[in-house]
Amino acid sequence: MTLLEVKNLSVGFPTPDGVVHAVNDISFSIDAGETLAIVGESGSGKTVTNLAMMGLLNSNTAQISGTARFQSHTGEIDLLGIDPNELQKYRGQDISMIFQDPMSSLHPYFSIGDQIIEAHQVHNKVDPDVSKERAIELLGLVGIPDPASRITSFPHQFSGGMRQRVMIAMALVNNPSLLIADEPTTALDVTVQAQILSLLKDLQREFKMAVILITHDLGVVAGAADRVNVMYAGRIVESANVFDLYAKPAMPYTQGLLDSVPRLDRPHTNRLSAIPGQPPSMISLPDGCSFAPRCSRISEVAGSKCLMIMPELTLRTDAHSARCFIGERAGA
Amino acid sequence: MTTPILEVTNLAKFFPIQSQGIFSRVKGDNKAVNGISFTLNAGETLGLVGESGCGKSTAGRTILKLYEPTSGTIKFEGEDITSYSASKMKPLRTKMQMIFQDPYSSLNPRHTIGSIIAASYEIQKITPENGVKRAVQDLMERVGLNPEHYNRYPHEFSGGQRQRIGIARALALKPKFIVCDEPVSALDVSIQAQVINLLDDLRDDFGLSYLFIAHDLSVVQHISQRVAVMYLGKIMELAPTEELYKNPHHPYTKALLSAIPIPDPILERKREQIILSGDIPNPVNPPTGCVFNTRCWKAQDKCRTTEPVIMQIGASQVACHFPD
Amino acid sequence: MLSYISRRLGVTFLILLGVSFTVYVIFAFLPFDPAALTCGKNCNDPGIIEANRRRLGYDLPFLTQYWVFIKGLFIGRTYGEGAALINCPAPSLGYSFQEHSCVTTLISEALPVTLSLAIGALVLWLVVGVGLGVLAARYRGKFVDSASTIFVLIGTSLPTFLTGLMLLVFVVIKWHILPFPAGNYTPFLEDPYEWAQILFLPWITLAFAYAALYTRFVRSAVIETSNEDYIRTARAKGLPESEVVGKHTLRAALAPIVTMAGLDFAGLLGGAILTESVFNLPGLGRLAIGAVVEYDLPIIVATTLLAAAIVVTMNLIVDILYAFIDPRVRIA
Ligand SMILES: Nc1ncnc2c1ncn2[C@@H]1O[C@H](COP(=O)(O)OP(=O)(O)OP(=O)(O)O)[C@@H](O)[C@H]1O
Ligand SMILES: Nc1ncnc2c1ncn2[C@@H]1O[C@H](COP(=O)(O)OP(=O)(O)OP(=O)(O)O)[C@@H](O)[C@H]1O
Ligand code: SF4
Ligand code: SF4
Ligand SMILES: [Mg+2]
Ligand SMILES: [Mg+2]
Repeated sequence: MTLLEVKNLSVGFPTPDGVVHAVNDISFSIDAGETLAIVGESGSGKTVTNLAMMGLLNSNTAQISGTARFQSHTGEIDLLGIDPNELQKYRGQDISMIFQDPMSSLHPYFSIGDQIIEAHQVHNKVDPDVSKERAIELLGLVGIPDPASRITSFPHQFSGGMRQRVMIAMALVNNPSLLIADEPTTALDVTVQAQILSLLKDLQREFKMAVILITHDLGVVAGAADRVNVMYAGRIVESANVFDLYAKPAMPYTQGLLDSVPRLDRPHTNRLSAIPGQPPSMISLPDGCSFAPRCSRISEVAGSKCLMIMPELTLRTDAHSARCFIGERAGA
Repeated sequence: MTTPILEVTNLAKFFPIQSQGIFSRVKGDNKAVNGISFTLNAGETLGLVGESGCGKSTAGRTILKLYEPTSGTIKFEGEDITSYSASKMKPLRTKMQMIFQDPYSSLNPRHTIGSIIAASYEIQKITPENGVKRAVQDLMERVGLNPEHYNRYPHEFSGGQRQRIGIARALALKPKFIVCDEPVSALDVSIQAQVINLLDDLRDDFGLSYLFIAHDLSVVQHISQRVAVMYLGKIMELAPTEELYKNPHHPYTKALLSAIPIPDPILERKREQIILSGDIPNPVNPPTGCVFNTRCWKAQDKCRTTEPVIMQIGASQVACHFPD
Repeated sequence: MLSYISRRLGVTFLILLGVSFTVYVIFAFLPFDPAALTCGKNCNDPGIIEANRRRLGYDLPFLTQYWVFIKGLFIGRTYGEGAALINCPAPSLGYSFQEHSCVTTLISEALPVTLSLAIGALVLWLVVGVGLGVLAARYRGKFVDSASTIFVLIGTSLPTFLTGLMLLVFVVIKWHILPFPAGNYTPFLEDPYEWAQILFLPWITLAFAYAALYTRFVRSAVIETSNEDYIRTARAKGLPESEVVGKHTLRAALAPIVTMAGLDFAGLLGGAILTESVFNLPGLGRLAIGAVVEYDLPIIVATTLLAAAIVVTMNLIVDILYAFIDPRVRIA
């Protein structure tokens, strides 16, 4: 079952220097229970895409267009078209979100118990004691020792990893069908990252929820995702099943990204293969392929097509699509 | 054998913790670096890895005498610099440099990059042969920046380019030894590779020695000949790179290695992982005995009472009672 | 928490002792003969002066004088003997020969006036400042915001005495909305209505500038706080906007206001001198000014000490309040 279908989502931020085209006409979908990873460099629009769907972008500063059809507990809704006051009912109940920095994402003045209880209370007309029980249950579930007494602790009394657990507990308190995790482990140490990722995996199975996992770590994606969207300069440039993507990356940027990661499982090479240059300015995107200035395979395309025409995201094999003139199927 | 360029013995750096208020008193010490020893040979790169707060940066800064060591000795080119005053350190500063993690905050936004790089010469009152500007532009070219951008300001550059500026600044005085404190952690993967390659080339061209600090073991593996793994202010294991990654002897090294995801879905999903329980303890009250015992799955009573001494296993130095 | 408070209390006591000593030193070494001042500016009968010197203890060595003064605070003090015996019970702050009254009595008459003035103004400026600041932040760039900017501009540039005079001229003299303040202060317990009527204009006068300052401060604090990650978390939970702003944002934004308000309030208690003179209120400020004009040393010393004590005590109260608000400050 398709849980969420995003069509032609664009987000622009008008600034004194011009409009920042943070997200450009992207379309994707996610099935119930599935894990979709979104990878890409810093500034490629991963966070903005998801904040737009959650209605968390300031409508005074962001220009948003497109549709996002979502199967909620009350039936199908368009996350992007619905009234903001209406959307609030679904946030935290059908869709939850956890953020990159667990240090700053919890309110420093309220106890963690109060913050979780509040998240439950706002969507459930139940006695606060019921919510408290639920909070304790979830804190236990995410691996906080002695949750009944820790519920009165404040965020500053927890380490980064524990705070991210608290964030997860808070996000899951209403059994959402979709969890958006925006770089949930980037700010954490590797050993703690391993704890959190395995926790997320277990909880996903238990709660049968879909997860959108935003990250720039290709290793994390390899272990956790079912499908992957690769983003570059505000566009999806490749979308595939995780195994296909790593085995047969179709877009030169994805290939370059996979090649440039130093890897522990491979024999030591003398030089890393780096992608030269840097991503384009989001204010003045190139006319043609946005990766063209850095692309090592640009010469394989006849003429200067890459510099003039933006390639479309086209299907290569089953459910594997890429945005590149190389390898396009005839007639596509 | 030649003398090592750097020799660190039992180095410790404690930060006193003050209580708040007018009548403050020292409540204890943050034992950021708690007795580490290693040597670094000319032209060699030693990787220093460990999780956040384990004391990597403090170690690097103390070695450069940016912090006053609490105890232990630091020998640079055979010269004991542990108790050198700032003025006595000054001539040595041309030989020892540092590159910082954050390419955004480590450059003064009001100075052009030309003057940022040239400042190194001014501080040491050195005039390069063909004039400062020429020298700076040569450096810029060497680190892959366009020399014509001499008069631009830091905000006009991307993160990767700023890191190159930082590298050029460190190289200006032709140092022999550079502490690289997480030089690529703030950069995107595709940019990281560019900077690592540059550092690699520079080492070979100039015969530099690096103390390369990072929390990413795959980056460290790539650039280092030997690697030291730190935990809570102490070195757990120090070994040649190949050996450390192939045959880790210390439980913490194993856990750390196993926590790194491999960017290959087939391998990644088959891989045995060691998931540690608990968090890193507070360095103000480190556990007694072996500092890792609160998270170690092999811990015995002995680990909680007796601190393990460093033992030699093949080419590796390991601080554990029950190494593999 | 308790040990924190008791430690702070101890420190406060020591500071007060230090302050009183400093004040005493300063006045002891001023080039006036305090005894000569006891019978008015133009009195030069050496007999009276010498008698007063002995009666007031100015003939004693300096340290002894200080000790007698401190002792007086706790056990009261007597001056002269026989029929001319004057008794100022504890806490005695001295005796004013010009007013023919114990200083403590004078102060206890003036303090309620100033207290009424300051508390009323505090409430007024907090309500206006916080309310307007929040509205301006919420509707940034809209009408309320622009209106508040004008208010801030006027409020911060208009000197207090001018505000007061203008209010007097228009509200009282021209429009006869309120009766003329004739210096006949009525205590609250006697007639609350009249009390409020007399204090109404002084409150507005005092609160005006503060309200403008606080509006500006609250506006920027609220805007700054609303960019915090934990506010985004609160929205992501699905909390209604009113709670996001009213609970999560305000709680954090108002914490520094407590400090500010506490110290400003302390400053006012020390003497709202201008306002009291304009409206002819028999408060502390007027007492102090009168004493300075008349060289009435005991009153000067006492009011200075009182002002210092108020500031130090308010500091303590503010710190304790702050510890209640911000759990990170609570140290065992
Ligand atoms: N409020 C805003 N106003 C203007 N530009 C914005 C705003 N928010 C984001 N942007 C821009 O939109 C682009 C996409 O940002 P986004 O945060 O989605 O990147 P990201 O892929 O999540 O990167 P990262 O990995 O660094 O988190 C960036 O160029 C960013 O500078
Ligand atoms: N200048 C300082 N004053 C007091 N304490 C300090 C100072 N610098 C570091 N510390 C403390 O010393 C310990 C080690 O810090 P250090 O910065 O060396 O860690 P690190 O290994 O570099 O971590 P990271 O990966 O986060 O950079 C920490 O507990 C830190 O809080
Ligand atoms: S379209 Fe051309 S420039 Fe773009 S990725 Fe493909 S080959 Fe490279
Ligand atoms: S000494 Fe004991 S606790 Fe420490 S690492 Fe070895 S086995 Fe684990
Ligand atoms: Mg992001
Ligand atoms: Mg560091």
